[in-house]
Amino acid sequence: MSLTTTQATVDHANDPPETNYLRAKSGLRSWLLTVDHKRIGVMYLFTVFAAFLLGGFFASMVRWELFSPNYDELGVAIEGGKIFEGDTYNRLFTLHGLVMVFLVIIPGIPAALGNFVLPLQLGAKDVAFPKLNLASYYIYIVGTVMALWAAIAGGVDTGWTFYTPYSSGVDGSVVMMVMAAFVLGFSSIFTGMNFIVTVHKMRAPGMTWERMPLFIWAIYATAIIQVMATPVLAITLLLLAMERVLGVGIFDPALGGDPVLFQHFFWFYSHPAVYIMILPGMGVMSELVTTFARKQIFGYRAVAISSLAIAVISFLVWGHHMFVSGQSVYAGVIFSALTFLVAVPSAIKVINWTTTLYKGSISLDTPMLYALAFLVLFTIGGLTGLFLGALGIDVHLHDTYFVVAHFHYVMMGGTIIAFFGGVHYWWPKMFGRMYSAFWSKVTAWLVFIGFNVTFFPQFIMGSRGMPRRYHDYLPEFAEFHRWSSYGVVILGVGILIMVVYLLHSLFKGAPAPGNPWGARTLEWSVQSPPIEHNFHEIPTVVEGPYDYPLAGDGGATKA
Amino acid sequence: MSTIVKHHVAHHFYDRHQESASAKMGIWLFLVTEVLLFSGLFVAYTVIKALNPEMWKEASATLNTTLGAVNTVVLIASSLTVALAVRAAQTNQHGEKNKQIAGLLFVTILFAGTFLVVKYFEYSHKFHEGMLPGTHYAFDGIASNNAHLFFGVYFLMTGLHGIHVVLGMGLLTWVMIRSLKGHFYKDYYTPVEVGGLYWHLVDLIWIYLFPLLYLV
Repeated sequence: MSLTTTQATVDHANDPPETNYLRAKSGLRSWLLTVDHKRIGVMYLFTVFAAFLLGGFFASMVRWELFSPNYDELGVAIEGGKIFEGDTYNRLFTLHGLVMVFLVIIPGIPAALGNFVLPLQLGAKDVAFPKLNLASYYIYIVGTVMALWAAIAGGVDTGWTFYTPYSSGVDGSVVMMVMAAFVLGFSSIFTGMNFIVTVHKMRAPGMTWERMPLFIWAIYATAIIQVMATPVLAITLLLLAMERVLGVGIFDPALGGDPVLFQHFFWFYSHPAVYIMILPGMGVMSELVTTFARKQIFGYRAVAISSLAIAVISFLVWGHHMFVSGQSVYAGVIFSALTFLVAVPSAIKVINWTTTLYKGSISLDTPMLYALAFLVLFTIGGLTGLFLGALGIDVHLHDTYFVVAHFHYVMMGGTIIAFFGGVHYWWPKMFGRMYSAFWSKVTAWLVFIGFNVTFFPQFIMGSRGMPRRYHDYLPEFAEFHRWSSYGVVILGVGILIMVVYLLHSLFKGAPAPGNPWGARTLEWSVQSPPIEHNFHEIPTVVEGPYDYPLAGDGGATKA
Repeated sequence: MSTIVKHHVAHHFYDRHQESASAKMGIWLFLVTEVLLFSGLFVAYTVIKALNPEMWKEASATLNTTLGAVNTVVLIASSLTVALAVRAAQTNQHGEKNKQIAGLLFVTILFAGTFLVVKYFEYSHKFHEGMLPGTHYAFDGIASNNAHLFFGVYFLMTGLHGIHVVLGMGLLTWVMIRSLKGHFYKDYYTPVEVGGLYWHLVDLIWIYLFPLLYLV
């Protein structure tokens, strides 16, 4: 038996399969009213993926419009250049942003993968508050319905940032959309509270803080930000709604209010929120890198603590979104310095993952391809963030495609790529089925190539002054925009293939063993899919999460 | 009915200690989010007051300090009764204190109702005088500009607090009904404690609102 030395002393990986959580109960009611964290995670996964396809559709529409400029050098209309009216275009990019941020990236890894994995990795039977967990899912659904309703009835063209005073006066269903984001915030808060308490109170015997998988550390740091930052967004959105309903005037200069105050409020949440988005991705990375390099993580403590450091510093950098807003120059200098500081823990992580690969026994399974893609793309996204954190350069690059490219390299190249990696990693555990190794690798390459073709040209055109959010542009940018739109086609093809082979594997995939990757964290010590209460008996943990035997001692063969 | 109904620990906990410790940590985290929710209003308060110091002084003077003070006393008293209810639940051996818990919670809810009635009189006076937020402002008793911003902040802060009072009354009513059925005793009184903690927060926020709005 090669797997008896996993983190758990009790190993049921190869027991005869017992009724798993998917079959334990049947019927629609058993899903809709479930309090099982695994089922809730699965429901989140499918909903988030559907939202991702919707957000991707809006993005494709945006790229379709931008495929060609509307007018040539002489000001003559180009045939087929203009697809949508300006107003429609504004609504499309706003919807793309809102859907991807609030419906996909924020709940993506924590609520879908985290819900499924966190109790298993801790050796717990469930999260601390299972009913609250289910409530958070339904609140998410209510928020989603409200957001889509707002999109259909009237539309919103403010961008996902809802800047005042434009947003407090413009036509459209801004109030409904703002309240949708408010409701979605509750869902996020409840998930965060649940995870914090679960990590503190529900760890199995012997699961000390320093034996927790790094995915848990990352989700824990994320949960802290969710709990601490989201209420500020809630009050901000409430104030904006009141601004429109009652005409309060706090953000309206015509009534003696201060529009920059809104920006402070908004970014006080929304900058920490970008770490809500990226930290879980970093957690997935730590799992993937150790599993597929078959090696102890380099600098466990540094990676763990850097998650918390990111969480803390993330609250102190919001002003770097506002260098050109008229805030005090001295504030700008301090925010710039703090922004450089937050790059340090991120860099620690990247360097430690890379060092973990060194002399590892690397297998290039699909999840690992995504992990390597993350390393490349996140590094580009992170380093270009430093350009934007530098005061002088930001004045030039502010509100250009350079910013767009930067945050897509982090949000998509980082979070979504890590999400894909995590989905491919835990899919066999979730559904007990393997997906096509061949097609999933093809897709990983298509996504990586398509992503770079889409977004790399945006760095160049941004540095040459192409402003973001415009629905038309000068002909000199046409070449870059064309490539960017081609990239979306490659990405889209890749993602459609992914949908096909994942759905196929649900029904026709080969049965997955308990531990297909030879990983050592607790979720791999139980059968795939796990039983309803996760463990036959609560495991006692006696070692760290990545204690892979050294090469040559005979313990590291793959199942 | 002087009996107790034994509480069963939920399936995913080892024992009642783990369960109650989790619940307590959960409610404290929730209270953190509540404080942060109000923090946005406190920042808005600070910024607008700093931009309009004279107006603020004048507008603040129009509030009825007596009614505000009465409400402060009412809420502090309600915090005492809810704390006594928690204590009664902690010492409830065999259901002999079921009625005492419920009674104390009932008095707490009455205090909360009193608070809302006083608030109703304050609000209707302001509606009558046109001391309203933003574009609805129609009062001519304040010489300085931008007094509508003061009333915007006033109504947002006290309004959000008022919503919390109403929610608290609902929560405490649910706890009260369950305590009459004998659900809470020395080994299990988590909902009483959670309800009590929430109510203390509602009280505490008012203790900040009263001086900041009425007394400055």
